[in-house]
Amino acid sequence: MKPLNMIRSCTASLPFENIDTDRIIPARFLTTTERAGLGRYAFNDWRYHEDGTDNPDFPLNQADAQGCRILVAGHNFGCGSSREHAPWALLDYGIEAVISSGIADIFRSNALKNGLVTIVIDESEHRALLADPGIELVIDIAEGSISKPDGSAIRFELDRFARHCLLNGVDQLGFLLDADADISAWESRRAANPYSMEKAA
Amino acid sequence: MSPRTIIDKIWDAHQVRAESSDTPGILYVDLHLIHEVTTPQAFSELRSRGLKVRCPERVLATLDHSTPTLPADAEGRRPYVTAEARHQVDQLEANCQEFGIELNGWSSEHRGIVHVIGPELGATQPGMTIVCGDSHTATHGAFGALAFGIGTTEVGHVLATQCLLQRKPKSMAIHVEGKLRPGVSAKDLILHIIGRIGVGGGTGHVIEYGGPAIEALSMEERMTVCNMSIEAGARAGLIAPDQVTFDWLQGRPRTPRGADWERAVAAWRTLASDAGARYDNEVHVDASAIGPTISYGTHPGMVTPIAAAIPAARDAQEAKALAYMQFDGGQALTGQKVDVVFVGSCTNSRLSDLRDAAAVMRGRQVADGVRVLIVPGSVLIKREAEAEGLDEIFRAAGAEWREAGCSMCIGMNGDIAQPGQLVVSTSNRNFEGRQGPGVRTVLASPRVAAVAAIAGVITDPDAFQERAA
Ligand code: SF4
Repeated sequence: MKPLNMIRSCTASLPFENIDTDRIIPARFLTTTERAGLGRYAFNDWRYHEDGTDNPDFPLNQADAQGCRILVAGHNFGCGSSREHAPWALLDYGIEAVISSGIADIFRSNALKNGLVTIVIDESEHRALLADPGIELVIDIAEGSISKPDGSAIRFELDRFARHCLLNGVDQLGFLLDADADISAWESRRAANPYSMEKAA
Repeated sequence: MSPRTIIDKIWDAHQVRAESSDTPGILYVDLHLIHEVTTPQAFSELRSRGLKVRCPERVLATLDHSTPTLPADAEGRRPYVTAEARHQVDQLEANCQEFGIELNGWSSEHRGIVHVIGPELGATQPGMTIVCGDSHTATHGAFGALAFGIGTTEVGHVLATQCLLQRKPKSMAIHVEGKLRPGVSAKDLILHIIGRIGVGGGTGHVIEYGGPAIEALSMEERMTVCNMSIEAGARAGLIAPDQVTFDWLQGRPRTPRGADWERAVAAWRTLASDAGARYDNEVHVDASAIGPTISYGTHPGMVTPIAAAIPAARDAQEAKALAYMQFDGGQALTGQKVDVVFVGSCTNSRLSDLRDAAAVMRGRQVADGVRVLIVPGSVLIKREAEAEGLDEIFRAAGAEWREAGCSMCIGMNGDIAQPGQLVVSTSNRNFEGRQGPGVRTVLASPRVAAVAAIAGVITDPDAFQERAA
């Protein structure tokens, strides 16, 4: 993962609640064994008509949404399945950050591990952003702030570890592999007492 | 020590390293379930880093999502929907071989939906941490395990280290008081609960279901309840293990034997939440007030008693959902014409579910123009159902009796409906396009689904039964 600090981009809006992972990428595209190239399926059944032509009503197909890398989406974005294909598809499509008033747990965890920034802001700020697509925002990950064109800023909280990983491009698997001695120690304790519910740490 | 919930107990026991404000904790995983869809990229990552699978014996693998549910032909060729689907299955077989993982593949009687075979084998046990690259992993919580879905990157983490980086989730207690009325199933109960707390109501939480109505459920019913925890946004859902749990597990292929069994049960009895343990959230539900319940919208929180009218849209989102479903607020759900009925999925594909459907379909005919797919959850369940003659009941009624797999729950294997068709489905998700582009899905219990198959329209099962009597 490449280190990531700032995202400066116009916003595209999907003002719908509960956009689930089947909407983000339908299951029939999950038979791939690769992670690359899924952007063309992002929002497939919404973005294209059945005959494969673009659906002009899909907000991201509209002219002012082109090239926008910040997606502002309705509450509870990414609910449903655990498919990591959803953040892979969004990243490959060109989205670098998703802003909502609520983001589903597994989606958020998957997204952050791939460098797709997920930001939860309060409802009134969220409503204002949703209603005003196309404005340019600057997301500062280290600061935890989103600057708006009028000079005001929205603060957001990001899990400290997730932020550290984004800023430094940290490889989380490497972090776990480094804990090998602790893991082995846990395993030996467990082997001696397999069903114990005592505190392990 | 202050009183702990079952969630605290399992969490504490599996913490390799505690979390701090800077870093998540390291949580040890007892059982890792894998299938063909969410693993290939994880194995590629291992390969590219030259890593091994740390504990192959803690990995349970099967084929379920992309697998055809029609049998192989005389030459043994299986009717995969695409070459890519076949490749995905071949890839899991090759990965398991390369990394030394036992696969419940095509020749195993335990091949089947990943959340059906874990319990069936007794691999799922109380007090365990269980993960799978699949959001319905919460199913295993029925046994008092902490079981949750993870993404593919995390599948790689668990393969390589048997651990996950995790922050402890919040806890929610759902107390279900009273008693379910006869003919009202666990599916009706969980649909009702999701309607109550909403599709985001459990976000960030692990739900513990408890109370007299939960204690009265069989293990199969408990699995149905825990299975749909994710549809309320919860990380996991679980139920404290009790004698029902132990009796169900005893003697299964992977459970301990003899003195080990006694030791295990003694430990499992200590899992239940301590009196006075604190939850971040508590919800009370009265089981006796629940009737047959179905969904009418495009997420599992849009549910209603089957006999009630379709609720009017409260906002633009619900109006959009109703438009997709081609329903109007105020209209009756009963009487809506049904095109396809699907009985299956990790929510409702166990023997008891098939029996529920067969009880309705015995000696009756599927209505003209309705296609009915009955898909058992595992090869073993298929055999057991056939030993009881359930397959004959389904076939005689005009239903299709399929091979085990996820099938029309997710439609990855080509088992889908046509645009605009209405499917009454015992699965867990009614998202737009889940069962094929433009397909309208209504979630229901096996009993309600079977009644719809016979009547050809959505029908209140209680009224149906009265008519039949
Ligand atoms: S049956 Fe459906 S929900 Fe269950 S594992 Fe298969 S696809 Fe997922």
